[in-house]
Amino acid sequence: MENTAPQLFKITFDGIEIEVPPGTTIMQAARQLGPHYAPPAMCYYEPLKGTGGKCRACLVKVTAGSAKDPRPMPKLVPSCITTVQDGMVVENTTNESVLETRRGIVEFLLINHPLDCPVCDQAGECHLQDFAFEHGRVTTRYEEERRTFEKHDIGPYVQLHMTRCILCYRCVFTADQITNKRVHGVMNRGDHAEISTYIEKAIDNDFSGNVIDVCPVGALTDKTYRFKSRVWFSKPVEAHCDCEKCSGNVTLWYRGDEVIRVTARKNEWGEVKEFICNTCRFERKKTSDWTIEGPTKISRHSVIMANKYRADLKKPAFGLKVAEAQYKQIDDSRPYITDGTTIRELSKENNAKANQRSLAENN
Amino acid sequence: MQLTNRSKQVSNKQMTFAERIYLPAIATGLGITIKHFFQKKVTIQYPEVKQFLGPVFRGRHVLKRDEQGRERCTACGLCAVACPAEAISMVAAEREKGEEKLYREEKYAAVYEINMLRCIFCGLCEEACPKQAIYLRHDEFVPVFTERDQVIWGKDLLAENMNNRYLRKAWTKEEAREQDLKGVEAEPRTQL
Repeated sequence: MENTAPQLFKITFDGIEIEVPPGTTIMQAARQLGPHYAPPAMCYYEPLKGTGGKCRACLVKVTAGSAKDPRPMPKLVPSCITTVQDGMVVENTTNESVLETRRGIVEFLLINHPLDCPVCDQAGECHLQDFAFEHGRVTTRYEEERRTFEKHDIGPYVQLHMTRCILCYRCVFTADQITNKRVHGVMNRGDHAEISTYIEKAIDNDFSGNVIDVCPVGALTDKTYRFKSRVWFSKPVEAHCDCEKCSGNVTLWYRGDEVIRVTARKNEWGEVKEFICNTCRFERKKTSDWTIEGPTKISRHSVIMANKYRADLKKPAFGLKVAEAQYKQIDDSRPYITDGTTIRELSKENNAKANQRSLAENN
Repeated sequence: MQLTNRSKQVSNKQMTFAERIYLPAIATGLGITIKHFFQKKVTIQYPEVKQFLGPVFRGRHVLKRDEQGRERCTACGLCAVACPAEAISMVAAEREKGEEKLYREEKYAAVYEINMLRCIFCGLCEEACPKQAIYLRHDEFVPVFTERDQVIWGKDLLAENMNNRYLRKAWTKEEAREQDLKGVEAEPRTQL
């Protein structure tokens, strides 16, 4: 009797042998080995059908095409859309030409990307930042004018900074797969290409907010979170709620006692498996709306974990006792303000003072 | 057993009469004291006279403005995350129309506070700043405070005074190194 179970393909990735079912891409095979081995991905997004092959960040060298035809592939191939062959030998970080090409890819992606990380809300969880940090060069060689666009509001909650877009098409695929058929999402070609109003049309959809999570850079950002905080000032907490539209599993981002942002949960590849609805994302911003599960597990090397301490940290018992015995109530009438408009009003006052001190005589 | 070679032989020799009246010894001692009246003083009268502590001294913070008087700080939070003492806190706000003369970037720090009790003057904020906005002055200290509300410095105290701008010989490490290699003392100037 014939064996109907699919034959497993044996491939060698960076010298490690791994068996994967036919139809697997090199990227998926590498991801089985772990984050240390997997090539970087800017446009490929596993939960979205059809993504990949745009950004060239994941190029790898295939030194033997298959067991039957062991000739190397002439050019570097994008690992996210190249399926494996039996006996394929792939080189990722072990091949100098791959690393050199990646340096070039970073430069290409950064040609039109503004270096406004200090202003951008995505900084700290930006894939392009990570990619450039790991694979790019320290300084820029680009001297020409960068392409710029006006900021564009897509609906009441999402803002499009086309200037920062790297044209990965992830949002287009998201819009395509959550709404009814539309065909194109990017207008014009080459340097003039831009995300068109197509995703704006998808904005009345309940799941349109997911384009924010899907965007690898800060091109699509949450307007309710705009300039509120930096990711490393906020503390991510896993929570869920009973939502009739989506799974209700989210990550809450706290600053103090305040939920400043709600996002979907991201896995180790920064990908969202369960898309959440706009009600959860933009309207449920009170702790009472959620059931808290616990702090999100994030690598302690991530900037998000900077200046945060574990709850199970051992505290010195004696020191605590002394502190308790010597505790005195102080009159701390300095108000703790989190309300945005009040802060703005106060800041105007404060800045007027600062300007009076330092600019007055100049005028 | 001899442990070190610093041991001294003690003698119980009887002092002579001249030694016993102590007057020569007192005169010698007074002589040393009087000699110091005419020497250059090693101390300075601190609060009235201040010593130059060198170009790399890290004193009080200053939030720089650019040539047009606009604040350089964009509230990116890198100083706060770099701060080992967690002394810095800030609230960002978006620049509105008409405020272009006050703030350089589209985002600015609406509130920028440094807790001077927490600050350890390590200068990591200065190093972290991507906008060259925060510096520790080499020529000014944080004054002594006596009240609790003098401890937290807001932007009214931190922002640079445009009429009395902060001058430095070198504004970056690279500049300082270049000047060191050349062996030339640069003139103090406002910024890059």
